[in-house]
Amino acid sequence: MAVSVDVQNLSKNYGDVEALKEISFSVKKGELFGFIGPDGAGKTTLFRILATLLLADSGTATVEGFDVVKDYRKIRKIIGYMPGRFSLYQDLSVEENLTFFATIFGTTIEENYNLVKEIYSQIEPFKTRKAGKLSGGMKQKLALSCALIHKPEVLFLDEPTTGVDAVSRQEFWEMLKRLKAQGISIIVSTPYMDEAGLCDRVALIQDGSIMQISTPEKVVESYPLELYTVDSADIYRLLHDLKKLPGAASVFAFGQSAHLSFQKGKLSREGVLDYLSKTGHKEVQVKPVKPNIEDCFMELMQKG
Amino acid sequence: MITNIIIVKDLVKKFGSFVANDHLTFEVRKGEIFGFLGANGAGKTTAIRILCGLSFPTSGELSVAGYNVYTQREKIKQNIGYMSQKFSLYDDLTIFENIRFYAAIYGLSRKDIDNRAEILMKKLNLEDARNKLIRDIPLGWKQKLAFSVAIIHDPKIVFLDEPTGGVDPITRRQFWDMIYEAARNGITVFVTTHYMDEAEYCDRVSIMVDGRIAALDTPVALREKYQARNMNEVFLKLARAQTKEVA
Repeated sequence: MAVSVDVQNLSKNYGDVEALKEISFSVKKGELFGFIGPDGAGKTTLFRILATLLLADSGTATVEGFDVVKDYRKIRKIIGYMPGRFSLYQDLSVEENLTFFATIFGTTIEENYNLVKEIYSQIEPFKTRKAGKLSGGMKQKLALSCALIHKPEVLFLDEPTTGVDAVSRQEFWEMLKRLKAQGISIIVSTPYMDEAGLCDRVALIQDGSIMQISTPEKVVESYPLELYTVDSADIYRLLHDLKKLPGAASVFAFGQSAHLSFQKGKLSREGVLDYLSKTGHKEVQVKPVKPNIEDCFMELMQKG
Repeated sequence: MITNIIIVKDLVKKFGSFVANDHLTFEVRKGEIFGFLGANGAGKTTAIRILCGLSFPTSGELSVAGYNVYTQREKIKQNIGYMSQKFSLYDDLTIFENIRFYAAIYGLSRKDIDNRAEILMKKLNLEDARNKLIRDIPLGWKQKLAFSVAIIHDPKIVFLDEPTGGVDPITRRQFWDMIYEAARNGITVFVTTHYMDEAEYCDRVSIMVDGRIAALDTPVALREKYQARNMNEVFLKLARAQTKEVA
């Protein structure tokens, strides 16, 4: 399958800080590829390098076959880039912003209206409003419209859902899926682990290194430990007591329950039940559970 | 006996013709972790600013930590702590300088400041890093430090506005351990978040939709009422009912 973005041994330092440590990956054409990791993992640095706004210290990167250093002008014509920070013109109206971006790329809103229609039509009723006066969700839709208006082949979205509420986040991902259906390669970053499942493939990134690249399903399948969800009437005390349980590999709060992991054979469900009854816990439940991306991420972090 | 540390009755806040808070009525109990949820633009920030004594309500009766939000705003500020993801610490001051600065702002004595700074740095394992600039330390440290500094004067209430945005999942959980600990020490915690699993960690949760409180109860009761498996589903059910975009 054809490659859209290819990165080999890319490194970038800021003084003593290693923002990217020899990372390599490649994204296929038409793929929805996610970089999942917290702030400071190196996501923005990577996106800036790929968008030809920043030079790497070493390594190579190509976008649609073009080199990010040599062919930066060509790359800029065929990508759409939505930076993490809102970077449209606050004192231009919604419509003026979109017209501006269309004009820069030598096109018009009318010509590519089809591509942005679904997103833009939601903010079109406010097209005379200044961009600076929009709500968070509307700003995000306008920024995406502006990144799309020249019909890019590759879309880079740096944390498009940060600070956005759960409802708008879900709607945003539904929009991405429909864009993908039009054949656009999409590279998106997010600190929200639950969004990983919506990508074709994900790279889990932390401290400038990629810990794992795979499909979300395979990431979950490769979780190496036994994982149980544990409930008790007193969750706060439960977490403390489980952390003292010999043989436990990790204990983390997950909503109203605790997730307890251990190496196969080190502990058993009966053993855990017995320990919790001895420590005076009530309404105890211990059930095996399928790990989610967050479990996997934390397991990889602890290894590293 | 349950005492209410925050009492809000018919709070209305208008900006011109726009009603940001539309007759909010709720209480926060002393010592509880109170989750204040809502979609972007639902009116959360407006309400928090009023509760912190930074903005006047248009109308309504409100008391925070026993003080009146119209006439005793300075008293309120002395008795609360505040931390947001955006405003936290001074980048070009060291860890120790930041602690000293905030402690002094809250009027602690010189001796008290030094004592508390030492205890705090020890607790956070930052003793060796005391002279590091904030800009040079990892985000996870910053957030834990910002929280500790927000409660250095033993406030009655601490307001946390999206305190865990962008941090890694392990640090996020360590942060919640600190929240639990503060609540156990009697500090009332008022917290907003976009992570719905964190809503489950609260004693009670309110969900704002369009300037009103659409639901307020324990996470267990909310899950039952809306027949949802988790708080994310509760939130989606309530917030999705509203399709109107708010400016």
